[in-house]
Amino acid sequence: MTRYIARRLAQMIPLLFGITVVLFAVIQAAPGGPEAALLESDRFIDPAMIEAYRERLGVDRPAPVQYVRWLGGALRGDLGVSFSTTRPVSEMIVERLPATLELMGASFIFAAVLAFGLGVFSAVRQYSWFDHVGTGLSFVGIAMPVFWFALILQLVFAVWLGWLPVAGTETVGASSLGDHLLHLVLPASVLSFRYVAGWSRYLRSSMLDALRADFVRTARAKGLSERVVVGGHALRNAMIPVVSVMALNLSGLFSGAVITETIFAWPGIGRMFVQAMFSRDYPLLMGILLLGSTMVVVFNLVADILYGVLDPRIRYE
Amino acid sequence: MVSVAVMSGLCLAAPLIAPFEFDQIDLGNIRQAPSPEHWLGTDDLGRDLLTRILYGGRVSILIGMLAAVIGTGFGSLVGAVAGYHGGRVDDLLMRFTDVVYSIPTLPLLIVLASYTRADATSMSVTIGVLSWMATARVVRGEVLKIRAMEYVEAARSLGATSARIIGRHVLPNAVGPIVVGATLAVGNAIILESSLSFLGLGVQPPTPTWGNMLMDAQATMATQPWLSIFPGLAILVVVLAVNFLGDGLQDALDPRAETR
Repeated sequence: MTRYIARRLAQMIPLLFGITVVLFAVIQAAPGGPEAALLESDRFIDPAMIEAYRERLGVDRPAPVQYVRWLGGALRGDLGVSFSTTRPVSEMIVERLPATLELMGASFIFAAVLAFGLGVFSAVRQYSWFDHVGTGLSFVGIAMPVFWFALILQLVFAVWLGWLPVAGTETVGASSLGDHLLHLVLPASVLSFRYVAGWSRYLRSSMLDALRADFVRTARAKGLSERVVVGGHALRNAMIPVVSVMALNLSGLFSGAVITETIFAWPGIGRMFVQAMFSRDYPLLMGILLLGSTMVVVFNLVADILYGVLDPRIRYE
Repeated sequence: MVSVAVMSGLCLAAPLIAPFEFDQIDLGNIRQAPSPEHWLGTDDLGRDLLTRILYGGRVSILIGMLAAVIGTGFGSLVGAVAGYHGGRVDDLLMRFTDVVYSIPTLPLLIVLASYTRADATSMSVTIGVLSWMATARVVRGEVLKIRAMEYVEAARSLGATSARIIGRHVLPNAVGPIVVGATLAVGNAIILESSLSFLGLGVQPPTPTWGNMLMDAQATMATQPWLSIFPGLAILVVVLAVNFLGDGLQDALDPRAETR
């Protein structure tokens, strides 16, 4: 197992390297080069000044040289300087990261709890009305555009019913932990909906397989209570593939956070990304994309390792 | 199946059946709630919402299909070449697929979309270029299986070129998973397009798409909720229908799948 993890970690290095090359190429492909946005701004009128600034940024060098310089910085945790705020990109990301992680974490827990409940119950009561409603809802959940679901929830719960705040993280002048949690409810529901749908379907079919397995019949024959059979024997086996899917989807939560944070004015990385896009702040965009890609790579590894840990039948060489 | 046909048919026939012109401004009838005359109501400029949804659907569905064709075509090509040649070529192409797969799609799409002129064609290409990876992996797997078949060996012994073997013998036998993947890609592309349009990066007004209609509607959500509700419902119904179609095709085309 340790050797397997070590080998996978070693494989991550060329993968991450490839990602930086692609991302750098994408950013370089910006019309007029990434620095155009900065140089076109009103701060620079004198051509000599533009030239001087290009030299200072290092963008007068050939692209490979720039890439090596950028990579060297990135390895030391220096992702360059933001065009719009002139602050270090890594500092800005670290500042916004907690809000995004909080939203992702809350959505993950919310989705996991609901999905397990739904999945297990619809498998135990297969073809009941509950199961049919669950199936229908999960199809809807997968086909639903995230931003539209967000708008509808805002409309119903914030505008019509007035139960929950429309957006933001706290009520100005009346902030408290409870108030903050109220603000978290809508964005977390929106972000988790699609995963509730996906995971509960997955768990349901995995549970159905497990409930038909011989070991479940044996457990029943021993006279164990239904509760122990379903919760102990069937669920423990059924959740193995689901848990690794959940780890894989963690990175999807990051993509989803871009839209969700924008709609709910949640001050995290996703919202900063959209703002950076509008102000053409390429160093910041690049930093966030790199962070997102790293998350994907790491979560993929976690998913594979979890699979091995949970299922003793799988032996890694 | 039927609902996909009905929705696409309705949108294709938009010029014939739409009750109004999509850009017909009627300032006497602005911000009307749904009524017998305007079934789904009107917007800020008195434009009929039903008409705009029908016209918007043409653009959204067109982009979805074009993007799916581009993505699936490119993915099949990469997968087939990698699987057929194996060795170095396979390694290189699949590592490249891993790299692109690891970059979060929506954020990357947002950056790319901000570079291009936002019309239906460039949107389709941008979305297509970022949705080929899953197809490439599936097709590669299929090709690895098919490559070992006797008829491929027979073709090779008769002196057929690699391109001919891939085109004539390998891909046609992998068509099942390709078609299923393409169908699901249509739904995915429609959602991506509407997300981009919603952020203001999609097809620009006055051409209506479901995404940019929703973007416009966001500001007036509280007073004119129908403007937010119906375009989203249209997206939901079409994507749902396309996904059902994909599931159905999967069951129909895969003889190993047990019928439930």
